[in-house]
Amino acid sequence: MTIRPASDRALLVEFDREISPAANAQVRSLTAALAGVRGILNLHPAFASVLVEFDPRLLAHDAVAALVRERAGAATEAGEEGRPIEIPVRYGGEDGPDLEDVARHADLSAEAVVKSHASAVYTVYFVGFATCFPYLGGLPERLATPRLAAPRKLVPAGSVAIGGSQAGVYPLASPGGWRLIGRTPLALFDVHGEPPGLLRMGDRVRFVPMEGQQR
Amino acid sequence: MSRIRVIAAGLESSVQDLGRFGWAHFGVSASGAADPLALRAGNLLVGNAENAAGVEMTLAGAELEFEAAAVIALTGSDFGSSLPLWTPVEIPAGGRIRCPATRGGARCYLCVRGGIEVPKIMGSASAHLVTGVGGGRLRKSEVLAVGDAAIRRPRKPARGFPSWERAATVRVTAGPQAEWFGEEIYRNAYRVSEESNRMGLRLSGAALTAGGGHMITEGVPLGAVQAPPDGQPIILFVEHQTTGGYPKPANVISADFWRLGQMRPRDEIRFERVKIDEALGLLQRQEEWLYSL
Repeated sequence: MTIRPASDRALLVEFDREISPAANAQVRSLTAALAGVRGILNLHPAFASVLVEFDPRLLAHDAVAALVRERAGAATEAGEEGRPIEIPVRYGGEDGPDLEDVARHADLSAEAVVKSHASAVYTVYFVGFATCFPYLGGLPERLATPRLAAPRKLVPAGSVAIGGSQAGVYPLASPGGWRLIGRTPLALFDVHGEPPGLLRMGDRVRFVPMEGQQR
Repeated sequence: MSRIRVIAAGLESSVQDLGRFGWAHFGVSASGAADPLALRAGNLLVGNAENAAGVEMTLAGAELEFEAAAVIALTGSDFGSSLPLWTPVEIPAGGRIRCPATRGGARCYLCVRGGIEVPKIMGSASAHLVTGVGGGRLRKSEVLAVGDAAIRRPRKPARGFPSWERAATVRVTAGPQAEWFGEEIYRNAYRVSEESNRMGLRLSGAALTAGGGHMITEGVPLGAVQAPPDGQPIILFVEHQTTGGYPKPANVISADFWRLGQMRPRDEIRFERVKIDEALGLLQRQEEWLYSL
C-alpha cells in the first residue's frame, strides 16, 4: 500500500498499479472502513486505489494517512461476500443497436453473444466516473469489442454496453462510445432511493435475457 | 414564506449551496458553488449559515423580483447591478434586482437572508447541471421560495474581498503523476477555452507531455489538472467525474478554488507551484478573512 498526496485536501491510497481482484478487495474494505469518519468528505474507490478527500480545516494529511494505515490493517479480514444482483435485459434491436457488430467482431451469432454475455458473472469493481456507473469485471474475452470511433451524442439510460474488455450499464442518458447490446428497464440510479444507487462495489451481477426478447 | 420570481434567467443561473458530499463512491461529484468563497461570504453577510443556498449566475445574470422585503448580498464578480457588491442591502417588497452581464469574472452570487428554500436532494440544495440531480438551470417565470434559515444579524460590508483579474496566477500543488511531467506547465500561460463548463475548465497552450509511466483509472479530486493525450490541460471542476485515467501533473489549491469559479473563456492563467504547507497556510488566511465578516 502506498499513500501520497493528490492535493492539499486529498490522499491517494494505492494497493496495486494493475487491476486485480485482490487489490480491489482491499479497496472495498478500506472504503467501508473509512465511511462516516468526521472530516472525510468523499471516498473515490477505483480498481486498485482509493482517493480520500477531506476537509483540510478539520484533518491533516498525516492524520488521515495514519487513519488509513490503521483501518486498512484492521480491515484485512475477508469482507462480506458481494450481493448477487440480476439485471433483466432486452438484447438487440433498438435496445441494442450494436449487437450485430459485436457478433461480427467476435465471429459469433447474435444469439451466441447474448448467451455468452448472459452466462457470465460480473463483479462490480467500483462505481465511479459518472453517476452510478458500474465498472464490471468478468466480460468473456471473446466479447471484447473496441469502442466506437465516434461516440454517440446520446446513449439511452439503461443501455447495456461493451467498451473494449469492459462491460457496463449506462445509468443515465449520456454521450458514450461503448457498444450497445441491450437495455434494462431497471433503474440503476434513483435520487430518492436509499442508497440512490442499485449497484455497489463487490456486487456479483448477472444479466438475464427478458422473456420474449430473444430471437 | 416570501418568494422571488425569475423575470429573466440569464445565461446559466442555478441554485447552489456548498455541494453534495459523501456520494463519490456512487459516482456523484459534489457540484456546489463554482466560487464557494463568494457564496459563503454572501451568506455570512446576510446572516445565514455559510452553506445556505443562493443563486449562482454565470457571465450574464438574472433579473429577479422580490415579493416581500428582503435582505440580500451580491458577491463574486460585478455583473453591472446598481447595488453595491459584498454588502447586505435591503430590497423593498416588489423590488427588482438586475445583473445584466459581467464586468469582471465569470460568476456573481445572490444570497438572501433566510436562504433559498429548495428540497435537498441527497443532502444538498445544489443543482448538478450535467445530470439534473438537485435541479437544473433557472428558467424564466420560475418562483423561488425564501427560507427562514437566518442565524444572526446581517453584517457590515466586507472589506478586502477577492477580485478576479483576467490574467491571473492559479496556485497548485504537485499531482499524483507530477514526476512524469517537465516544467511546461509552469513556464507557459494557458488560455481558458470556450468549451469549459462546470464539469471541467479546458485550457489551451503548450502541450503537457507525460514522459511515460503506466496508470489505471483512479479517483480524482476537485481542481485536478489532467493531461489527456493531446496535452491540453483540463482542470476538473465542481461537477467533475469522480474517477479518471489521465495523468495529473498538478492540483489547484483549496485557497484558489474561488478563482476557478471566476475564470472566463479567453482569460489567461499561469500556474505557480506551492508546497502543501504553503497551500494550507493560504487557506487559513482566507478562512480568517471570511470569519472576520
